[in-house]
Amino acid sequence: MTTTSQPVGTGVASTVVAPVAAPRPEARDEGRRPRWQRVLFVLALVGAAVIFLLPFVWLVSASLRPREYVFAPGLLPTPFAPDNYADAWQAMPLLTWLFNSVVVGVAAAAAATLSSAWVAFGFAYFRFPGRNLLFGLVLATMMLPFAVTMIPTYLIWNRLGLIDTQVPLWAGNLFGSAFYIFLLRQFFLSLPREYFEAARVDGASYPQLFWKMAFPLIRPALLVAFVFEFKASWTDLVKPLIYLRNEQLYTLPRGLKVILDRFGYGGEQQWEIVLAGSVIATVPMIILFFLAQRHFVEGIATTGRKG
Amino acid sequence: MATTVTPPVPGRRRRTPLARREARWAYVFLAPWIVGFLVFTAGPMIASLWLSFTEYDVINAPRWSGLDNYRQLVSDPQVARSLGNTVYYAALHVPLVMLISLGLALLLKRVGRWQGFFRTVFYLPVMTPAVAVGILFLLLLNTQDGLINRGLALLGIDGPSWTTDPDWVMPGIVLMSLWSLGSTVIIYLAALQNVPRDLYEAADLDGAGAWARFRHVTLPMISGSLFFTLIVNTIASLQMFTEVYTMYFGNRQTQGSFNSDAASFYVIHLFREAFQFLHMGFASAMAWLLFLIILIITAVQVKLSSRFVYYEGEDR
Repeated sequence: MTTTSQPVGTGVASTVVAPVAAPRPEARDEGRRPRWQRVLFVLALVGAAVIFLLPFVWLVSASLRPREYVFAPGLLPTPFAPDNYADAWQAMPLLTWLFNSVVVGVAAAAAATLSSAWVAFGFAYFRFPGRNLLFGLVLATMMLPFAVTMIPTYLIWNRLGLIDTQVPLWAGNLFGSAFYIFLLRQFFLSLPREYFEAARVDGASYPQLFWKMAFPLIRPALLVAFVFEFKASWTDLVKPLIYLRNEQLYTLPRGLKVILDRFGYGGEQQWEIVLAGSVIATVPMIILFFLAQRHFVEGIATTGRKG
Repeated sequence: MATTVTPPVPGRRRRTPLARREARWAYVFLAPWIVGFLVFTAGPMIASLWLSFTEYDVINAPRWSGLDNYRQLVSDPQVARSLGNTVYYAALHVPLVMLISLGLALLLKRVGRWQGFFRTVFYLPVMTPAVAVGILFLLLLNTQDGLINRGLALLGIDGPSWTTDPDWVMPGIVLMSLWSLGSTVIIYLAALQNVPRDLYEAADLDGAGAWARFRHVTLPMISGSLFFTLIVNTIASLQMFTEVYTMYFGNRQTQGSFNSDAASFYVIHLFREAFQFLHMGFASAMAWLLFLIILIITAVQVKLSSRFVYYEGEDR
């Protein structure tokens, strides 16, 4: 399912939306260009790709070298020291952090996806007084810097006695999130209304319309919301910094920061452990991207979401 | 036993019972968002506005202090420093991200079968957790042994002390931020692929050269996306936190050293005031100043861009 044929709310969004896997006739023009232009084009493209890949190559390679060779010239992991990973694994509770990140990420993503879909269906299906105003308010909340609500939100969780638990890391997502409400509403709007009205005539309730009909039909869009929020949760440092004290509760980014402070910069200079930890925190995201590449690209092209 | 149908209430607008029933259900669907908005957005906004006029350290009750926080805000050299740094960063980061992303998107558009591969290459840094990006660039930017200065040395350039020279800390951070521009590339690529081909064909018939095609067809047709990314990237860059906090803050050895001053960003300073020094009132005032700055900058951008942004008509 693509979003190209849907009515889109704003002019900005409508120029952003495009079929991502469209055929590219431009590519066929290449043959007609002068040779020096084609050479230049390939050089620029491959050069840019190499520059973007080099930091990854260095990261992986340096994480596989012994301590005194971490900063050695060259991009090959020689001498080869895969033991760094075992050392990192032993130095810090990486497995616990990995597990915490998965649990928090799934909770955050499931909460955001389900609640946003429920709310988005409300905006897409029903006609009621004040709808456009409320939807405008949803979009307006995206502009608000998180710093404005950060302190009172902390005080709320503090009052509830939930500081130093993982609850504040995901529970705020139970109330819908503007990006996903916007995204999912687009998809709900593309479903033919008559289809739902027929089900109404047959006696289906509104929650049944949502759960039995609309929800399964927009599964690709739900996956977009899920993978985006999972990634956002996986990479977030701010909330764990504010809410978590107990190291056993840390998610990976928070743990990685501890590793950096303890073993790296200004610490014991055991950079090989810091680098191995960085690779361990990154690899699941790379795997997620390759599993859900289509959803990421579609989500960005549709909502213009920043990473 | 009253069995009659309730007569329509005079004075109320004519709404069928069905429509009213539907409206009731609509609010059932919107309820989570409305509750969340009140509890986690509107309520906290009011609370933080109120806190900004108080002194509050979480332990003792807030004490009203009038405009004290705001007076301190405008005279505090550290706030001025962090705000100056943040604006300097945004002024470098946003135009560079837009230019380089557009260049990469134009390259990608011309790629045939390998487009997916190169798109992935440019997007993978976005998937890298921000803490890992901070760590990685702390090492890549290392003066003696970092990959970046090694690369510059190959070109015969003596690289600067990116992480320790106060004048070079910010350019180093901008360099790091450019690695993660993949989402902007994908937005531009989508916009470029959406430009109708017949426009280029018409331009060719008029004898337009490559530059004229770009200037008079491509640019106007993607101006909506350029505008959108200008706004989004500006707002995000004014709130830079994680990568820089990872590199220069939150650790006894680096705290208070000169490079952490050169790398002080507004939101980092705010965060430390709030959660390290427990100056919750002062930090709230900082947050509202940031909000005001973002609103003004966005309003100016919207105003200035309205002359350059071209929207396709309703015929879509």
